[in-house]
Amino acid sequence: MSNPAKARIVQLEIMRYNPDLDQQPHFQSYDVPCQEEWVLLDAINYIKDELDRSLSYRWSCHMAVCGSCGLMVNGVPMLSCHAFIRDMPDLIKVEPMENFPIIRDLVVEMDGFIEKLAAVKPYIHPKEERNIEDGCHNQSPEQLLDFQSLTQCINCMLCYSACPQVALDHDFIGPAAMALAHRYNLDSRDQGRAVRKDVIASNQAIWECTFVGACSEVCPKHVDPAAAIQQAKIAATGDYFKSFLMPWIKKASKDNEGEQP
Amino acid sequence: MNSTNQKNYHASHKPVIWSLFAAGGTVTALLLPALIMLMALAVPLGLMSADLFSYARIQDLLSNPLVKLAVFGIIFLSLWHAAHRMRCTMHDFGVRADGVVAILFYGVASVMSLILAVALFF
Amino acid sequence: MKQYNGHFIRPADKYAWYLKKPRYIPYMLRELSSLFVGLFSCILVWGLYQHSQGEVAFNAWTQLIWNQLFWLNLLIFVFAFYHSYSWFMVTPKAMPIKFKGKRVSGVTIIGAHMLLWLIASVVVFTLFVIGA
Repeated sequence: MSNPAKARIVQLEIMRYNPDLDQQPHFQSYDVPCQEEWVLLDAINYIKDELDRSLSYRWSCHMAVCGSCGLMVNGVPMLSCHAFIRDMPDLIKVEPMENFPIIRDLVVEMDGFIEKLAAVKPYIHPKEERNIEDGCHNQSPEQLLDFQSLTQCINCMLCYSACPQVALDHDFIGPAAMALAHRYNLDSRDQGRAVRKDVIASNQAIWECTFVGACSEVCPKHVDPAAAIQQAKIAATGDYFKSFLMPWIKKASKDNEGEQP
Repeated sequence: MNSTNQKNYHASHKPVIWSLFAAGGTVTALLLPALIMLMALAVPLGLMSADLFSYARIQDLLSNPLVKLAVFGIIFLSLWHAAHRMRCTMHDFGVRADGVVAILFYGVASVMSLILAVALFF
Repeated sequence: MKQYNGHFIRPADKYAWYLKKPRYIPYMLRELSSLFVGLFSCILVWGLYQHSQGEVAFNAWTQLIWNQLFWLNLLIFVFAFYHSYSWFMVTPKAMPIKFKGKRVSGVTIIGAHMLLWLIASVVVFTLFVIGA
């Protein structure tokens, strides 16, 4: 059981915004007695349960696998379930994730993000149509290693909050979308690189990235989108020159025209 | 709702300039500190004799066509690396007129490349 | 009030965002290093042009860069060094190499590039001193 005597009083300054009542977001302060093992999410849940029922925020798994609870914590994008109070000062500024529109309080609108994910066609485009009787794809551990870290993305959007290029241009397709595309391009079962090319090699995608690297630093699952994007730049450059200098190479796009269901 | 699938994405021609940027970045990373030390700092710091940098000696070094080509290549890539990176940095500083910035920086790089070619080969 | 789909948009700082968080300062310095790289390239182009104009012109150039421009060149050297350092630190990200089925560690890749950097620098000096 928690020991109330050992609780540390932490002041949370939380950004509030009610679209029906407020013209502007504003900050509201709460004093929360925090146990030593608490994460920020525990403190916010305490506020909701004991101090202010009106506070709105997203959360679910409380163990950094669902990607719901992204917030700005003293200016740093973090998962609130992954932000340990014991590592933080007595005053914590809590804001909704940067670079996203605010629906209410700490809840941001993610529609643009979802559209960007869908735009890279994130599903296997197989070499040829397979029937059930053909059995499953085979993949060696070495082939899996090529893209495994990229499969760990939990769509938490912290990378979009960290990226200054997203801040400067909301149309920038962003780290997670490009890491996802690269995940499929590296998958030995997939032949969809040509189909994704127009989106990935566009000016709103890899070429807008200036390799700040903040995305990889905030990623709670160590996906390393920054690395994925740099590799994608090199691959796209190779493709570009190949298409000009060696047009006789049969393009995969000819075989993969049209959408896969 | 604005659907991204209706957005007009098309593959860009950026690889042309980006490959110059990447090659230039690698070449300058490997060679520039040494070149700066050699050409600009070694003599004032008393590490090398000014005689090594006489007109005649440089003439001698540059008489080798391979040397001329290497010098051209290194400086050419360095110019275009800097031009592209500075263009992108202007965007980071909030300058929105990307077209103007690009023409300005690539223009300078072009002029410098021309002068370089003339100085070395003509 | 800035809105998107009826939701509130916080205004973003277009001009000084990099001053707001310490994480962004090294990035901006890294990008600005290209200014000094470009500057030195122009100085070299100028020097080669002066050389093509004869001995007097060339000697004037060497005197200028060794005297009046010494501190500028020192500054350029610092930024060029930072460019090299930051460039090699990120090379493992751009080139994931596998050896015998396992990923080569970032430290190894960086170390190899630093070694190459050292060798290349020595070669530059050696070639210059030995001459044509």
